[in-house]
Order: sequence, then structure tokens, then C-alpha cells
Amino acid sequence: MPTSNEIYEKVREILVDALGADESECTMDATLMGDLGAESIDFLDIVFRLEKAFNVKIPRGELFPDNFAAADPTLTKDGSLTPAGIAELRKRLPHADVDKFAKDPKVENIQDLFTVGMIVKFMETKLAAGT
Amino acid sequence: MRWFWIDRFVEFESGSHATAVKNVTLAEEHLHDHIPGFPVMPGSLILEGMAQAGGILLGEKSGFSEIVILAKVPQVTFHSWACPGDTLTYAVKLRDVRPEGGVVECTAHVGERLVAEAEILFNHLDKSKAAGSAALDQKNFVFSMGLLGVLEVGRAGDGAPASP
Repeated sequence: MPTSNEIYEKVREILVDALGADESECTMDATLMGDLGAESIDFLDIVFRLEKAFNVKIPRGELFPDNFAAADPTLTKDGSLTPAGIAELRKRLPHADVDKFAKDPKVENIQDLFTVGMIVKFMETKLAAGT
Repeated sequence: MRWFWIDRFVEFESGSHATAVKNVTLAEEHLHDHIPGFPVMPGSLILEGMAQAGGILLGEKSGFSEIVILAKVPQVTFHSWACPGDTLTYAVKLRDVRPEGGVVECTAHVGERLVAEAEILFNHLDKSKAAGSAALDQKNFVFSMGLLGVLEVGRAGDGAPASP
């Protein structure tokens, strides 16, 4: 089982390759889309690279949910997530910092949940569970 | 002109790898426009040829039931060029496949000489999003203008390889 720092280093290497990001930009707090310039298609690339680098299977939607807000109309109201939406987000993304997001739960802010740290935490949980 | 950037498959192992060839000829307009006075096959079209070969390899794995689109070229390097009279050989290998798409590793050679190598990421288009758009039908979208017919090139009417 690699240490947290070893996982971070591998994730950082993946993001440098997939996004053409600079190593120094890939801090734990950096957001994939806002700070590192990722586009939606890069998420698929990242998932492929994580699977290869860590030799794991990552089912669809487990790391990055598909169309979260559009899937169910009760999850959003007036461009923000409802309490039910936030609860669903916690369930779907236990590896993300939903507390921070909940302070301003606009749909457009969902993408800020996708940080380098989120991927590291996801991989830690995944590797610890041995799946 | 038709958007065919491979002439024929010479090897096709379903779900694994394939090899296609593209013969470069002086009759092709783009050779004259690309670098005037120095007719070479544009690198972008070599990449397109590798993507067509790789896209068909990926699409064939699911019996062409998925809508395959070229999503991203994470890595491409051009080492050399191809001139009229050269045969470009595109070797494509399916590295990873998952429900959302696949990754193909490709090389382009002229004889033993490496011309280009690339990694290409394809996405399976979400059919729910594509619903209602006739333009996104597999038959007339990704493998448009009968590109899949390239699988039949060099075959006789009964499907057997046509011998010279």
C-alpha cells in the first residue's frame, strides 16, 4: 500500500501528462478545470491513466460523476443544489470536500470539487479497500 | 475528394491490433498545397489516418454499436515525413477499453523508418445526449462516407481476399 505522498506523486505525474500542467501547479488544492485547465474529455483520459498506474478498475461515474445535476430535477433549484442534492453529492463523492462546496452550492461550483486532493483521497480509499 | 486516409487493412485482429496502409501519390492536391515545392504528406493527415484505423479497431470491438468519436490526442510525435511513392503503414493497438471509450497506440512507418507515433483517446458518445440527432448516427457520422468500406478493400465479392 503506497503512502499518501507516493499516491500524490503518481497523481501529479498523471496530471502533468494528461493536462500538460506544470508540476508546481498541481498542488493538493488545485482544481482540475479552474487551475489546471482540464476539459471534460480529460476526465476520461485521467481515469485511464489512474487505472494503468495503480492497476485498479474505476467504474464509470465513481471518481467523476456523469451529469450529476441534470440527472434528477429535485437535486437542484434556481441554479443551486437543494439539501437533497447536497446529500446525494456526499453519497456519490465521499472523496470530495462537499462541506466547502455546501457554503455556496451553485451548480457551476460542482466542478471546483474536482481537485488534485480529491483524486489522491479517492485513490487512497480505493487502494486501502483493495478493489 | 473523399475523407479516406487509409487505403486498406492488411491485418485485423478484433479487439487487439490492426495494420492499415496508405499509399501517398503525387495526384493528391494537399501534397502540393502543404509546403509548396516540397510535396509531403501533411502530419495532420497522417494522424487522421492513424485515427481512422484506430477508430475502426475500437468500433469493431463492439460491432459498431457505439458511436466512436476522436476525443483527444494526448501524445503525438513526428519523426520523419512521407513523400509521393511512399507507402505509410499504420500499426494500431487497442491499449484500453471501457464503457466510456478507449485508448489506441499508433505508429506510422515507411518501410523500416518511423514517421510518427501517437496515442489517441476515443470517446463513446452518450447515446442519450445524441438522441434525436440523426446526424449522429454511427453510419453517417464517425465512419462517414462509407469509411467502413475500407474493411472490404481487396476482397472479392464472396468476401475472400482478392488475389492479384
